[in-house]
Amino acid sequence: MGNSTSGQMSLFDVAGRAMSAQLVRMNTAASNLANAGAVSGTEEGAYRPLKAVFATQLDKANGLATVNVTGVVQSTAAPLKQHDPSHPLADANGDVWISPVDENAEMVEMLDSSRQYQNMVEALSTAKQLMLDTVRMK
Amino acid sequence: MSDPASNTSLFGIHGMALELRSQRMGLLTSNIANAATPGYKARDIDFNAALSAEMNGASTSTALAQSTQYRVPVMPSLDGNTVDMSSEQVAFSENATAYSSTLAFLSDQINRVNRSIKGE
Repeated sequence: MGNSTSGQMSLFDVAGRAMSAQLVRMNTAASNLANAGAVSGTEEGAYRPLKAVFATQLDKANGLATVNVTGVVQSTAAPLKQHDPSHPLADANGDVWISPVDENAEMVEMLDSSRQYQNMVEALSTAKQLMLDTVRMK
Repeated sequence: MSDPASNTSLFGIHGMALELRSQRMGLLTSNIANAATPGYKARDIDFNAALSAEMNGASTSTALAQSTQYRVPVMPSLDGNTVDMSSEQVAFSENATAYSSTLAFLSDQINRVNRSIKGE
């Protein structure tokens, strides 16, 4: 985004990157929810929940701090083994593996990130309005 | 410099105040942006301290460096983040209102100077 790697960070960089970080978080929650209860025939093939990792990036020149997504990691939670011989994906033992998604936690994650996205939009529009007022001097 | 606010510049105290308000807005935006970042420590500018430092002859950057402090968390969270969204939002809107008022004072001052130049 803009001059995010070189030069000074502006308020718009801070808000823009914080918003894209929240979007990444929202997307991981959506992916997890979409795969809740997904069944796999092998333990390795089962869906593992994703989680975005945030880190602060500070611009020492002007003290502004924005958010970087340093990565999206897979949860190490073990898939749930279920004995269901009638399932078409069941292996030789009649077992299937279900993705370990905590739907409630993902819902909360989704709500929290959308609230924080809204906060950022609000702060950005106030700041933008004040800047325009200053430029027009009224 | 007996009265720096009125002597050193056309805009006086309001020029200094606008710059500080703008810096504080950036800092509060950073706090709101990092509400979900583990280990982030919220910061804020003590506006009164910064303004009096500047009125006593300090430069803007010195005044800001002296009066920028970490916020004391109301309720610390397990991941080390000290952003309290409600207090950040209150501080942000207070700062935005003060910025608007300062801008109005500045605008008045400019109008006054303009009028006296034109001799109206």
